[in-house]
Amino acid sequence: MATSVGPLLEHNGGLMIAVRATLVRDLTLLLRRRGEVLNPLVFFALVITLFPIAISPDPELLATIAPGLLWVAALLAALLSLDSLFRSDYDDGSLEQLLLAPQPLAALSLAKVAVHWLLTGLPLALMAPLLGIMLALPAGSYAVLAVSLALGTASLSLIGAIGAALTVGLARGGVLLSLLVLPLYIPVLIFGAGAVQAAILGDGVSAHLAILGALLAAALMLAPWAIAASLRISING
Amino acid sequence: MWAFIHKLGSPKWFYGISAKLQPWFWAAAALLLVTGTLWGLAFAPADYQQGNSFRIIYVHVPAAFLAQSIFISMAISGLVFMVWKIKVADMAAAVMAPLGAGMTFVALFSGAVWGVPTWGTWWMWDARLTSMLILLFLYLGVIALRGAFTSRDSASRAASVLAMVGVINIPIIKYSVDWWYTLHQPATFTLTSRPTMPTEMWLPLAIMVLGFYSFFIALTLMRTRSEILRRESNKRWVQELVVGQVEEKR
Amino acid sequence: MAFASFAEFLAMGGHAPYVWSAWGVTALLLLLIVWHARVEHRQLINGVKRRVRRERARSTSAAPQNAAQFNSVEGGMRDDA
Repeated sequence: MATSVGPLLEHNGGLMIAVRATLVRDLTLLLRRRGEVLNPLVFFALVITLFPIAISPDPELLATIAPGLLWVAALLAALLSLDSLFRSDYDDGSLEQLLLAPQPLAALSLAKVAVHWLLTGLPLALMAPLLGIMLALPAGSYAVLAVSLALGTASLSLIGAIGAALTVGLARGGVLLSLLVLPLYIPVLIFGAGAVQAAILGDGVSAHLAILGALLAAALMLAPWAIAASLRISING
Repeated sequence: MWAFIHKLGSPKWFYGISAKLQPWFWAAAALLLVTGTLWGLAFAPADYQQGNSFRIIYVHVPAAFLAQSIFISMAISGLVFMVWKIKVADMAAAVMAPLGAGMTFVALFSGAVWGVPTWGTWWMWDARLTSMLILLFLYLGVIALRGAFTSRDSASRAASVLAMVGVINIPIIKYSVDWWYTLHQPATFTLTSRPTMPTEMWLPLAIMVLGFYSFFIALTLMRTRSEILRRESNKRWVQELVVGQVEEKR
Repeated sequence: MAFASFAEFLAMGGHAPYVWSAWGVTALLLLLIVWHARVEHRQLINGVKRRVRRERARSTSAAPQNAAQFNSVEGGMRDDA
């Protein structure tokens, strides 16, 4: 890309600084708006509360459907938080600044997604075992539940960010966002819920977790480019 | 090669050449579909297990094939549009999406109807039907996203990106749904996977598949021409062509 | 021929409702698609004709204008430095 060594080094140094600056900025902004961070967690707990009421309080019945319920509810909670991923930056114009930065947009958007996962995916994963107790989730599957959710929500954040970037310029992007993103979530859901189910049945879970890891690796490689391209479309179009 | 691509990219050239190609594909589609229908419905032998309900295969499988192929063609058109800025590619992608959604619907409907005599229920979470349902949602997403933008260029580029993201995901979705299905329903037999199919059964199927593909090509050519008229109606060559046209019939 | 009579063909060995509804819906959809595409094409041709007539009428009444405008949508803006 660069013809001489000097600008290249400067460019690289600039990249790390810019990524760190984006990380710090987004973390500070989100930590100031704690309500936005807490909303998905409250939503997660609420949805999980609805199921025993709607289906039955019978622990045996709940235990059989708990892995699926926990995963679907966590997935929806993660989806709920997606719309705000780029929204406020779009509204106040800082997204445009990000696009004008000399550093590659893919790396900067990856930093934004990382912050999003840190403040939604990870808390959801940590909270899930607690809700698992309420659904009478059999012992021995709690760690797998948390790990599978932590791995899975990272992929969900990356895939979802593509949809969020595509719809950020649209006035009523929220419903459209779920239509775009939910079909793409299905593989993660299959292997995430499958991991917990396998842990309950006493089967090996390493295969499931390995596939979740592979999905995450693929998403890490490909999604940032799609997010960057989508942001360009939303801003320049 | 480059000259060819750019020539193909010119709407005017495409409008002319597609007018010449189109009748051949319509004729092939009509011939193949009529032959396949007569053969499949009246002449192919009944299945020893499923009886005559097996004849639904002759619409279910071609529609399912086409539904997947159209998504792939749509993504390739999107890529061509994004890389070379060839507008005709985007017009083709735009007209492919509704047809693809329609074919997915046909595959789903015929699968559901087939399920009644085979499984005794309208819907079963069979691997093929489930991935077809997901594919339908992917199509609806692309169509909805294209419709949501006010600027045509943004709509085209957004739909192209989503089609490409979708096409990378389709094999992953298919693989994971197959895996999920074998895990949960090991004993049930799937609708269309049978070890060996006699020639007099699969030959009409092959004819129907070819007929569906010809139909897809012919329709895409025709509707891309309409799309050219829609988007370029202010260009002089379109106006001269339409006003001075005598040979235009379709 | 897999059937002895036309009535047997219609009955499809007891599976008539399923076979005929699946084929019927498919055929109907394909025909509708073709019909829609033809109507759409004809309407667009008529639209262009009307547009040309309107613009000619305007250019004869007022000062001659260039009817055809060339809008270029080429080149997505690049913003990497």
